[in-house]
Order: sequence, then structure tokens, then C-alpha cells
Amino acid sequence: MPIKGELRDFSTTQILNLINLAKKSGTLTIFNAQKSGVKEKVNGKDRERIDPGAERAKVSFKAGKLIYATMQGQEGNLVSVLNKAGKLTDEQARIIRERAKNTSDKALALLLINANYVSQNDVLNSVQQHILNVIYALMSLNEEPFRFEDDLAPDPNRIHVPIDLENVIIEGSRRIKEIEELNQHLPNLDMALRFPENPKEKFKGIHLSVEEWRVVSFVNPKNTIRQIAKANNMSEIEIRRIVYGLEQAGLVELVKPAGMEGAGKPGSPQQGNQQRRPVQKPQVQKVVVNRLIDKIRSI
Amino acid sequence: MQTVKMVITGPFSAGKTQFISSISEIDVVSTESKLSSDAEKKEKENTTVAMDFGRITVDEDLVLYLFGTPGQRRFDFMWEILAEGMLGFVVMVDSTKPETFREAKSILETFRAYAPTPYVVAANKQDHPDAWSTDDLRIALRIEEGVKLLPCVAKDKESVKSVLLELLYSILETMDDKA
Ligand SMILES: Nc1nc2c(ncn2[C@@H]2O[C@H](COP(=O)(O)OP(=O)(O)O)[C@@H](O)[C@H]2O)c(=O)[nH]1
Ligand SMILES: [Mg+2]
Repeated sequence: MPIKGELRDFSTTQILNLINLAKKSGTLTIFNAQKSGVKEKVNGKDRERIDPGAERAKVSFKAGKLIYATMQGQEGNLVSVLNKAGKLTDEQARIIRERAKNTSDKALALLLINANYVSQNDVLNSVQQHILNVIYALMSLNEEPFRFEDDLAPDPNRIHVPIDLENVIIEGSRRIKEIEELNQHLPNLDMALRFPENPKEKFKGIHLSVEEWRVVSFVNPKNTIRQIAKANNMSEIEIRRIVYGLEQAGLVELVKPAGMEGAGKPGSPQQGNQQRRPVQKPQVQKVVVNRLIDKIRSI
Repeated sequence: MQTVKMVITGPFSAGKTQFISSISEIDVVSTESKLSSDAEKKEKENTTVAMDFGRITVDEDLVLYLFGTPGQRRFDFMWEILAEGMLGFVVMVDSTKPETFREAKSILETFRAYAPTPYVVAANKQDHPDAWSTDDLRIALRIEEGVKLLPCVAKDKESVKSVLLELLYSILETMDDKA
């Protein structure tokens, strides 16, 4: 089943998190947002419906790793990529384009490496940088329709470089400008953080900033996010951004603070400190539940 | 006679009414009550709160009631009353509408805070070509591993039955824990 949606409801970062955790292979297509002028009702509120316009970008994944990306207006062919990275001059690029019109990027890379124009590292680094540039540009989009299709592979003529998504997600969250996204995602700073099951595995090869490490060093179900911020002298926005990135990258998980079960009330409506009546647990016996089960089976 | 209740909640248009209708032995009663605050009276507009209500009779002395929550956030206070004494709850999600996922998660957390009863998440409209798979929904909604996330087609009675049964099995399990 394809995954369809709009970035205003499910952000690029969230999509990458999904692809990473589910180890998906396939291609994500992002379309231009075409304002329809028509109202639609979402969660009881009116908003303008957005229709998918022309294709804006395509990003491909293999087993949960980013492998290729192209964006409208940004040529993704090897010559352009090497030219842009300063590995080929404009003149060299022009000549190669003329001579190697129908050569695949992979074949061309071999030719260029053998002819000592560029090194293998130049090729890999330049392509990787191109892919990352596309993906970081996508992370600043916040309304476009998208579609992810399993089994849709990228152009086989292009060079694919596998890139771990964790670092991409963290770097992306460093670049988020929309405070709103951070606020929506992390409504409750009174939650605590804990490490996932295999933290060693998860943290392998991750490049964290000093601030991120400082937060990581306080991860403990006993510490609320608010306390971690205070201990590190961080503003709400700073801590939100860091926790968002770490969490989306699967490096930490949100939990109710230890010893405060039920007190955290994550996501509960903004009625704040208003006292709630404790809800009674029903006094129902096992035999009653079994009778309900028998009844429903027989319907 | 003993009555027990379960609550069917979820965002607007997730399929709560459909779910209850598919299994209830009575026509789903939408109890409509007109609520209006002074301010609203001034603006001369009334808002209708409809609450779905279904029934499954086991025998003369045991009846199960299914309550659907009204969709609008403004009537949160009604949820709390509904939640009181419930055996468990079902969170319905329209699997075809990612624009409602955040709301669905927020409703789930709200209900979870009301009562420590078992619950299941029903990924509804799985018959629709745009439906997200249950695996993807689990990640998108951040549903913990121990919580059941079940494919559902609320129009199909068998599917509704299996969601309710899974909830009842979870309820049984919590009773075993205590024994
Ligand atoms: N395709 C499909 N449509 C459904 C399903 N369940 C509900 N619907 C439709 O979704 C819409 C909203 O359902 P409703 O029960 O009124 O949602 P409620 O607001 O949660 O009570 C209606 O048009 C239903 O016919 C389902 O399993 N599959
Ligand atoms: Mg309804």
C-alpha cells in the first residue's frame, strides 16, 4: 500500500523516521502544493485543500537507508554533480557531456576514475553531498503532498550511495525553522526520556553536537525534559529541537517520569492543574468478561 | 441486572458510528442534546452534540453498552463522564487520513489519562486503497509494542467483532495479572 499524505500533517522528518524504523525500500515523491481555493474540514476546523501539483522531488531508499535523491531544477546527473562540487570545471563538464551522451553514470564514473579526472572518493562524496542537499531542502517544506511507493526503485543509471538516516534526521532537526512543528510534536516537557533497547547499536556512527551530548548524558526516566533543560541552561526551544531530533532518530524514547505514573498526563487537554475526579475501575469479574466473549463470538 | 460499558473514541469521521452500528442489536441511538453557552446564544447559534449509543444483550442479567464519543474537542468534559467505569476503550483511526493522526494520538492519551483500563487501536477503513498499513500506523502514531493495533473495516461485522474480542482478551489478561 502506498503511503499518501501532506507534509503539513506528517513532516519530512516523520516520514524519514518511519522509513528508517520500518526499514523500507521504495521511492518518496513530493509534489508541489497546489492551493485549490476549496475549503475542507479537518479535526473540526476549516482549512484550504491542497492538491498535488507537478513533481518536486524524488527520494529513494533501500532497506531503511537513503540511496538517491533528485529535485526539480537540480540536475542529478554525475557530471553536473561533480561540476557543482568543483571536481570538474565547466569546460570539462561541457566536453564530457558532449562525448558521453548515452553513457550511464556508473559507466561514466569508471571512465573518469580510470582517466584520473577524479577519485572514487570524489564521486562518492559529491553524490552523497548532492543527495543530502536535496533532503535538507525538503526538510524546510511544510505543506506539500507526498506519496511513498514500495518497490519503486530509482533510476538504475544513477549512482546510489547508502546513507544512514539517523544522522540525516538529527541534522534536519537542527535546521527546522518552524517552531510550530517542534511544539506540536513535544507538547509536554514534563515527560522523561529513556534509551531504546539496544542503545549501543543505535548510537554507532552518530555525530552529535556538544549540546546534544549534554542532553543525552541526562537521559534517565527520573529526569523530566524540563529538568534536563534547566540543568543544561537551555531554553524551551533549544531542548525541544534537540529532543525532537534524538527522538525522531530513534535514539531516545519519551516516557512518563518514574514514580509519577499517571501524573504526567501526556497530551491531556490544556485544562492544566484542574483537579480530576479519579475514575473508578469497574468491579467486573472474569466470568463476566468470559460471558461477553462468548456472546460476541456468537453474534 | 449488570451493565458494563466500553467506549469507542477517535477523531471525527474515523468510523465510530459505523463501528457501533455494525454490531449493536438496536439502531444506534444518537442522543442529541443542544448545548449553548451564553455567548453562543448571543450569536444565535446552537451546537449539536451527538453521542452514539449501542447495546449488546448477553442474557437477562448482563448487558454491554457501547458509547461513541462526540468528535469535537470542545466537549472533552463529556468524555470524562463517559470514561467513568468503562471496561476498556477502542481508539478508531481513519487509516486513510494522516491529517487526523495527531488528533487520534491526542485523544488516545487523553483517555489513557482518565482511566488505567485496557484499550486497543483500530486502524479503520482498511478496505480503502489509500489506507496506511497497521505497521506504518504503529510508527506514525507511536503505539507501544504491548498495545494492540488491529486492522478494521467498521462496515464489516466480523471485523468489528474481532476488534471487540481482542479488547476483551486484553481485559482478561489484566485480570490474570492480578490473580
Ligand atoms: N471505506 C470505509 N468507509 C468507512 C468505514 N467505516 C466508516 N466509513 C465511512 O466513514 C465515514 C464516517 O463514518 P462515521 O461512522 O460516521 O464516523 P464517526 O464520525 O467516527 O462516527 C462514513 O461515510 C462511513 O460510511 C470502513 O471501514 N471503510
Ligand atoms: Mg459519529
